[in-house]
Amino acid sequence: MTTQAMAEVGTTEPTTIKGSPKWGDLILRIVAGLVLLYLFLPIFVIVLFSFNHPQGKFNYSWQGFTLNNWAHPFKYPALTDALKLSINIAAVSTAIAVLFGTLLAIALVRQRFRGRTAVDTFLVLPLTSPEVVIGAALLTLFLDLGWATGYTTIVIAHVAFEISFIAMTVRARMRGFDWTLEDASMDLGAGPARTFFKVTLPLIVPGIIAAAMLSFALSLDDFIITYFVSGSTVTYPLYVNAAVKAAVPPQINVLATAILVISLLLLAVGTLYRRKRIDV
Amino acid sequence: MAGVASSSRQRSKIAPYLMILPALVYLGIFFVVPFFSLARTSLSSMGGSVYLPTLTFNWDFSNYLDAFSHYQDQIIRTFTYALVATLLCLLLAFPLAYVIAFKAGRYKNLILGLVILPFFVTFLIRTIAWKTILADDGWVVAALGSVGLLPSEGRLLSTSWAVIGGLTYNWIIFMILPLYVSLEKIDPRLIEASKDLYSTNRRSFTKVILPLSMPGVLAGSLLVFIPASGDFINADYLGSTQTTMIGNVIQKQFLVVKDYPAAAALSMVLMAIILVGVLLYTRALGTEDLV
Repeated sequence: MTTQAMAEVGTTEPTTIKGSPKWGDLILRIVAGLVLLYLFLPIFVIVLFSFNHPQGKFNYSWQGFTLNNWAHPFKYPALTDALKLSINIAAVSTAIAVLFGTLLAIALVRQRFRGRTAVDTFLVLPLTSPEVVIGAALLTLFLDLGWATGYTTIVIAHVAFEISFIAMTVRARMRGFDWTLEDASMDLGAGPARTFFKVTLPLIVPGIIAAAMLSFALSLDDFIITYFVSGSTVTYPLYVNAAVKAAVPPQINVLATAILVISLLLLAVGTLYRRKRIDV
Repeated sequence: MAGVASSSRQRSKIAPYLMILPALVYLGIFFVVPFFSLARTSLSSMGGSVYLPTLTFNWDFSNYLDAFSHYQDQIIRTFTYALVATLLCLLLAFPLAYVIAFKAGRYKNLILGLVILPFFVTFLIRTIAWKTILADDGWVVAALGSVGLLPSEGRLLSTSWAVIGGLTYNWIIFMILPLYVSLEKIDPRLIEASKDLYSTNRRSFTKVILPLSMPGVLAGSLLVFIPASGDFINADYLGSTQTTMIGNVIQKQFLVVKDYPAAAALSMVLMAIILVGVLLYTRALGTEDLV
């Protein structure tokens, strides 16, 4: 897949910079191809080892091919439960964070108010703080408050780091929109509420969806912050981490591969859909 | 009519504050206040029994002295690893981002999608895969050994390089994307203009492309350096007891040893060092360019 893509890249010219010597160009493309290959190296291993037939507790060395793991992807209820819980947490926290983050982004792009720059700078802070410190700080808060850590504290922590990501993604997507459309709607007699739901919202919905998907993925993948505020609750990454210490079933690879394939399909559908829209 | 206009102006004065309020209150409670709790804990003393420990806030600065004296090695190691990983990310990401921005043509989006795809697999599982790849009986060790790059009995796993390699791999995406964004913005005509003015390829690169890609370089280095310096998974999975980082200590002190003041003090130290670095950087580039 990747090598084919790289080979095809070589045959296109549109934005190619003129005048570079052929060999330099070739070396650059080869290096870029190798880096892409490096990005995929662990992925190949993960997919390959989903077909492994491990002898011991760990799925680290190749023992033999089997389809057994794929036939029983949900063999370990604890793993399946952890994955379900993570999807639940990702959905709930994203729903809350999308609401807060989108309102914030709209205000930042569309409104002029005192303290806008301060809010802008403040938003970057959660993204520039190391996760281990955010997790530790939240844990000390929960200890001070005497709250037991578990599902609720995980959701609280996830919303906290998702708001910034969502606000920034939505804000980035809103730049360069033609906001005179709002004025046009008002001029044609629509009230502010009608204008918001009929004009503003449809304009920013693609940005909100992109932000929500990013937030969902970040939540599903979060280990470090969750580790600090989870108590005895086990999310998908926490299950994987515990497995590394005790026993790694190949079903971990099966589910990871399945998630990857689903993402790949979504990506392909998205690309085709976009291409079709441009063609029309 | 005038009344309507003034009332709508009145509303638009409060409206932005109503819109930012929920997010700011939330972040105030669950992002800012926790740092006060952390600071307070870092200046407290542990008392009580092992089973029922109590924290007393008494401006106990000795936690900070302990943090520096006990974990000096980890502090230095952490920032060395993070710095080397950031440089490696830059070195690997630049050619790829450059090719995507200037040479990929209509396959641009496809390659960008491929670049992002591996990061849909949970970070922990990717790191486990590196454990397999770098294993003592793995093909990488065998290949490096057969060409003499690795002495017999030489290892990759449990070395500093394995940890740095893991850090590089796990955050390189945050280098590729900002680099690509800033390279993509460069007008190819600027490069052609430099060529028309008899600039060599090298000069076009150092005088046009590199300066214009600086926002991406700076944003990318921050986005790699910060999470890399707070990480403990790579050191845990790919390293040994000789490669522990600050994150490992904080995690262990908080969740295993439960010496909260020591762990909190170390977290504050980590945060302070990073904050100083970020401030120096943002001075040079401004937050708008960070995303």
